[in-house]
Amino acid sequence: MSDATTATPAPTGGTPEVSHISEAVIRIAGNSQDGIQAIGGFLARLAGRSEQEVMTFMTIPSTISGGPSIFQVRIGSGEVLSAGDEADVLLCFYQHSYEGHVGSLKKGGIVLYDSDHVKEIPQENLSKYRHIGLPISSLVVEAIGGTGRDKGKNVYSLGLIAKMFNLDVPKLHRLLSERFAGKDPKVAETAIAAFNGGYSHTLATAAELFKFKPGENVGHNQIVMGGNEALAYGLIAAGVRFGAGYPITPWSDIMELLRKELPKYGGSFIQCEDEIASVAMAIGASWGGRVAVTGSSGPGISLKTEAIGWAVMAEVPLVVVDVQRGGPSTGMPTNVEQSDLNIACFGGHGDSPRVVIAPSSVEDCFYTAIEAVNIARKYSTPVIILTDQGIASRIEAFKMPELEKICQDISPDFTPVADHKPYDLAATDGITRHLAPGTRVASGKYPVVTGLEHDELGHPTGSPKLHVQMTAKRRNKLKKLGADLPTPTVFGPSEGQVLLVSWGSSKGPVEEAVKQARAAGDAVSGLHIKYLNPLPNGLEKIFEAFSHVLVVELNDEGFYGYGQLGAVLRARYCDPKIRGLTKVDGLTWKIREILDRVKAMTK
Amino acid sequence: MTALSFPSENLTRTGNLNLTPVPPIPEGERKGLTKKEVAADHPTWCPGCGDFSVLALYFKLIEKRKMHHEKITTVAGIGCSSRFPYFVQAHGAHFIHGRALPFATGVSLSRPDLHVFVFGGDGDAFSIGGNHFTHTARKNVKLTYCVMDNNVYGLTKNQTSPTSPLGYKSKTDVWGSGDRPVNPMKQAICAGATFVARTTHTNPNHVLQMMEAAMDHDGFSFIECLSECVEFYPGAFDGANPRKGGQFPEVPKDHDVTDEYAAYKLAEDLMPGKFGIFYKVNRPTKNANEAKIVSTNREKFAALPDWQILQKNFDRMK
Ligand SMILES: Cc1ncc(C[n+]2csc(CCOP(=O)(O)OP(=O)(O)O)c2C)c(N)n1
Ligand code: SF4
Ligand SMILES: [Mg+2]
Repeated sequence: MSDATTATPAPTGGTPEVSHISEAVIRIAGNSQDGIQAIGGFLARLAGRSEQEVMTFMTIPSTISGGPSIFQVRIGSGEVLSAGDEADVLLCFYQHSYEGHVGSLKKGGIVLYDSDHVKEIPQENLSKYRHIGLPISSLVVEAIGGTGRDKGKNVYSLGLIAKMFNLDVPKLHRLLSERFAGKDPKVAETAIAAFNGGYSHTLATAAELFKFKPGENVGHNQIVMGGNEALAYGLIAAGVRFGAGYPITPWSDIMELLRKELPKYGGSFIQCEDEIASVAMAIGASWGGRVAVTGSSGPGISLKTEAIGWAVMAEVPLVVVDVQRGGPSTGMPTNVEQSDLNIACFGGHGDSPRVVIAPSSVEDCFYTAIEAVNIARKYSTPVIILTDQGIASRIEAFKMPELEKICQDISPDFTPVADHKPYDLAATDGITRHLAPGTRVASGKYPVVTGLEHDELGHPTGSPKLHVQMTAKRRNKLKKLGADLPTPTVFGPSEGQVLLVSWGSSKGPVEEAVKQARAAGDAVSGLHIKYLNPLPNGLEKIFEAFSHVLVVELNDEGFYGYGQLGAVLRARYCDPKIRGLTKVDGLTWKIREILDRVKAMTK
Repeated sequence: MTALSFPSENLTRTGNLNLTPVPPIPEGERKGLTKKEVAADHPTWCPGCGDFSVLALYFKLIEKRKMHHEKITTVAGIGCSSRFPYFVQAHGAHFIHGRALPFATGVSLSRPDLHVFVFGGDGDAFSIGGNHFTHTARKNVKLTYCVMDNNVYGLTKNQTSPTSPLGYKSKTDVWGSGDRPVNPMKQAICAGATFVARTTHTNPNHVLQMMEAAMDHDGFSFIECLSECVEFYPGAFDGANPRKGGQFPEVPKDHDVTDEYAAYKLAEDLMPGKFGIFYKVNRPTKNANEAKIVSTNREKFAALPDWQILQKNFDRMK
């Protein structure tokens, strides 16, 4: 709440005053069965409909039920780049939520707590934060009766927040009825009753109430969704009609959505016995004529590597989604990490060049999916979309895509051909094209797709000369892609002291860090790299204009002090200015963390 | 942000293939294929390898059933037997060890116009690919899987295979194998295969009969075809070869192929065992189940173009 940060002591009654603010960070903490994600979702959706930018941050425990869960929403009238370092308001349901999260509040922030459960407030906190205790659990029983007690707490609290921030009640009512539509009408009625109960609470102990200034995006037709959803819909828009997968968090959302949605478009998504079967099935379908998708997280990606290598060798298009989580092994399944860059770029035996792209926001997930499909088709190659838990589980508002223009039909073409050599070494662009089975070849010579080194028709060969030529062919077509990729533009001035390089979900925090550093007078700029393998050309020119190039990534600094992208950049540019700025605490970057590290590294 | 670096123009087929198209030939004017037209590379198998007969009978099947080149789809994993697709002049894929079935499932489900044949060895099927065997059978994916069982690892030169009999001496079991062998027929029946047959390379007419019946079956059709590895396990199937003093006992005429328990019983003895169709039932295929899900979903959106279906979803997310 950048515009209203004074810590006024709570008045003892009377009407609280109303402050106009342009953004707020609200954190809700409880247990996962409290429906906290749902409150967060409503707030995000409401903000999207009110033309405010919104970005959320959420963590869920891997144990699913029970255990701490939080949701943080940052609603702003301007551009929101990260989920916010510190919360303005903390809503907490239990003593452990209070203790675990009160430190995330900014000084003077408001703690709204359930006094039925939060019993101990340390004396020193009273002067730091404004405390509002309400017996939320009992109030819910009062509002909707005892049976809905546990279920209604979240919606009741939503009512409290709506009151505090002067949110649009009719819109929230509509969202609630939409959400609970279809079920027993009583369910929606109870939800509205719980909401109204919270909303009509006088909040007499609150020091002030808030009102958002009108958003800057007014006029945009905005849509609100999560990163995994955006990615899945992007694949549909791209024309993908077949996929296969095996459940694993956080990838499962994508497969569940595709399973449900693809049949509407004539496609299907198959749940397989494991990740090896899923990648094999997707490759089979791709060879069948239309690029197919598979995906996973962590351990499942390891299982897919052999088959991805086959797709590289056979030059069959394929899209693989890797929703990264903390590793290695089962690791930190519900935490964010960007530690799969190495396996995505290099995971596999032999020389197996493939394409790796990382989306940086929810909106970018949608468009990256389409791009991945088109690169896979154009270059006849596997493309790995390297997204992460940080984007997967957050909700953002973005401009409604122009679907009529964007949606593409990529159905296979079976027109008979005169002759065909899939691995034609004389092809001018050096790119392999496959005929879908079912296509007649008039010459009567049919190709085989294979993982053995092969001749131009796909028949096996032990010829050293052909292995040299075919290896070069597989490498060169992607080098050509690298040359065609746009060189990224610098965020901020194109010369200065420090260049912060980001990839994936670190883009927003890095850009916000750049803004804050520049506001403080430091010559810091940002560079976001979306195409990770191959890299675009021209990065060395950008690096030249800075004294420090710090690669900000959520992975370990490794033996030699660089994160995974950092090491690739060092290898490519041999530039000692390139250093790693990494961490592995399982959380997205805080702006302050980045800035402190930059200070320490450039002293 | 919304400007795509890779718009989709000019991308057709799986990539941006741009070849000289030729006119289609009317169906009535096409002749069946001769053996010469359907044979590709000369097989790399050892002279006398049982796999030659399986290939020859596949060619026979193609001739007899007047299949056209482009409609023949041959898929395999890795092994001596799995080199099959190179020897067939048709669209083929030589995939990775043990994973031919899920690959073929991807083809079968996305291309219902093709009948996919999968060939491979006993190691490919029951060791590294064991789990895929179970699940492809259970899902009843429409395709034919012919396992050329030589009771040994051929390509990697004589290690114990999951079907090697107890006591078999291999490079990995110099004292003789001690692991109970897999019984492919029982495995298939238990996994839920809807067509389960057994044959041997030394009886060509029988192999062809089984292949035809398998191809005509609507569902997952599994054939175990004994195929001798003359290099590492010569004589393995003499017991099933009347010319070598063995026997070729066929499935009794009165056997009820829809009786799962009777089929299981038939699979009891391993050598020579029985030959013929052990089990055959009709159960909805994965292909049919998926098609049904698609058609019920499509009904709701009757004539809408794809982008409007997506728009409807997006409008709800405003
Ligand atoms: C992942 C993997 N592991 C091991 C191998 C080596 N390998 C190739 S074929 C084979 C076994 C072949 O036996 P079988 O499937 O019975 O086929 P056959 O050669 O007997 O026809 C093995 C172990 C491989 N290619 N890939
Ligand atoms: S090694 Fe055995 S299975 Fe392989 S080709 Fe030779 S005889 Fe046939
Ligand atoms: Mg074998």
